[in-house]
Amino acid sequence: MATSATTGADADVHAPVRRGRFPWARCLHSTFVGLMYFFMLCPLIFVVWLSFFEDAILYFPPSGYTLQWYVKAWANDAFANGFVFSLQVAVLAAICGVVLGVLAALGIVRYRFAGSRAANTLLLSPLLIPGIVAGIAIYLAYLAAENFLDMDIVGTYGGLVIAHVCLTIPWTVRLVSASMAGLDPSIEEAARNLGASGRVAFLRITLPMLRPAIVAAALFSFVVSFENLELSLSLVGPGRTTLPIAIMQYLEFNLDPTIAAVASVQILLLGIIMLVTDRFVKLSQVV
Amino acid sequence: MAKVSIERLKKQFGGSVAVSDFSLDIADGELVAFLGPSGCGKTTTLRMIAGFIEPTAGTIRIGDVDVTPLPVHKRNTGMVFQRYALFPHMTVAENVSFGLEMHKVPAAERDARIRTVLDMVRMTQLRDRYPRQLSGGQQQRVAIARALAIQPKVFLLDEPLSNLDAKLRVEVREEIRALQQRLGLTTIFVTHDQEEALAIADRMAIMHDGKVQQVGAPQTLYEQPANLFVADFLGKMNFFRGAPDGAAFVTERGTRIAAQSGAGGARHLGVRPERVRLAAQPGDGNALPGTVESAVYLGSLLEVRVQLDSGETVSSQVANGAPRGQAPIGTGSRVYACFEPADCVLFAE
Repeated sequence: MATSATTGADADVHAPVRRGRFPWARCLHSTFVGLMYFFMLCPLIFVVWLSFFEDAILYFPPSGYTLQWYVKAWANDAFANGFVFSLQVAVLAAICGVVLGVLAALGIVRYRFAGSRAANTLLLSPLLIPGIVAGIAIYLAYLAAENFLDMDIVGTYGGLVIAHVCLTIPWTVRLVSASMAGLDPSIEEAARNLGASGRVAFLRITLPMLRPAIVAAALFSFVVSFENLELSLSLVGPGRTTLPIAIMQYLEFNLDPTIAAVASVQILLLGIIMLVTDRFVKLSQVV
Repeated sequence: MAKVSIERLKKQFGGSVAVSDFSLDIADGELVAFLGPSGCGKTTTLRMIAGFIEPTAGTIRIGDVDVTPLPVHKRNTGMVFQRYALFPHMTVAENVSFGLEMHKVPAAERDARIRTVLDMVRMTQLRDRYPRQLSGGQQQRVAIARALAIQPKVFLLDEPLSNLDAKLRVEVREEIRALQQRLGLTTIFVTHDQEEALAIADRMAIMHDGKVQQVGAPQTLYEQPANLFVADFLGKMNFFRGAPDGAAFVTERGTRIAAQSGAGGARHLGVRPERVRLAAQPGDGNALPGTVESAVYLGSLLEVRVQLDSGETVSSQVANGAPRGQAPIGTGSRVYACFEPADCVLFAE
């Protein structure tokens, strides 16, 4: 009785002291976190805000607000076509990149072969090379391949998708191999012990356990491909323009909030995809 | 269920030998524990039986079938892993169902079998839970049910209790033993915990450095250890170095100890602490005079270390059941460490 009373009193005495000792530290912490968020979100907020300005030339404060730039963006064929084309390329590149990336991760994590580390580094290297350099390198390689194979590659749909697959593979390899290395190997062993062949054990047990990593990898692959500008620049052909390139071309001659409207739609779309994905797979667990 | 016979099994990893010349016959319905310190090859042997590791040489028969060339999924063994290894994305019932699906058990029968095995481990209530919603003990029970659902020919347990806390360990261990006896399961139980092995095994195989040191009933191994390693590993033992002299054994310090079996080349004599009585007067048998050096209170036992007049030390375990009021054994008191010649075990090297 006496002991517990003392402990209770102690706790009561100490708790407020501890909480009150560094009020400025907590304050500083909150301020810092708040500033970080503001810093990161600032460009997005401004882009969305600008897209509603009435004036064709940016002017502060705006003389009024309007939705006309959204209408204009919608009516612009370059944007609409670019959007659809980018979507197609990104979906295809994400699917191919995830399939290849999962297989590559499987090989690297499960089978230690001569040069498996080198293979890992090679597969991650597209992250390190500037996009514009990679784009030109791929362009030159395509030209050589065209001469050799006697077929069109540069400017084709397939050529662009293949280039984007290179861009998406590192994300899958990174996320999936990390997730695979964290799996308890005895789980797959248990499946084989229960009568599953190696292939069935992988498909029914291991693959579902990798699902969060694979979904996250697909999402990142999609985003990376969808918003890529530098790599695509040298690889697109006439009539096949991605959305980022369409935006850049528009910017060369115009500076009205249409661009902001297009960008806002893009932010909204990617934001929705992220939120929907997060409902099914907690992205924070994997990334 | 089936008998298992292992013949001259060997496994070499590169230059190092993990298991060498392992031969053992396990009878139908018998529980054999592989016991040994870590790295002794017990888990490697179990994994060779399950088929996860390919032996360098030797054969494994389950029933009358030579399973050595068969892959894991065709051996029909039921294995329980140390870290449960439940499928995290499946419910308890789905976990159990997986093996039945793999064995192509028709859906109607599957349900009945899931219910039976979950009843056996008292997990029926939680059949729709996911593994992450279960405690360690519950997860291991599900793992046991999952392994037994496929009606394996052999039940293999790889340190199944190591991740459980002390009280639960005893509980689950008794459950495993009861289940094994009720169903007549041929079982191999790998453990590094001797108490576990002593408590539930019909026979134990003590391994060290990839070799089987001794196989036998727990009592045989404890009372008649075949060599110094087994004697030292299993329980506690007082050792004296020396040489036999006629019917007696003379230690390096010159203490004469009467021993029953005067084996020729004996170099060591051992006697269990619980066989050593402490008395004020010498009685029959061996009585070595000495001084109490320390007395450690262990709850149900008192462990007393006696410094013999010859300079050697002997420890004695005394049951803590003496009537209250009797003077406790004090440090520094003069005593005789007494033990029967029949309780002495002699070892060559």
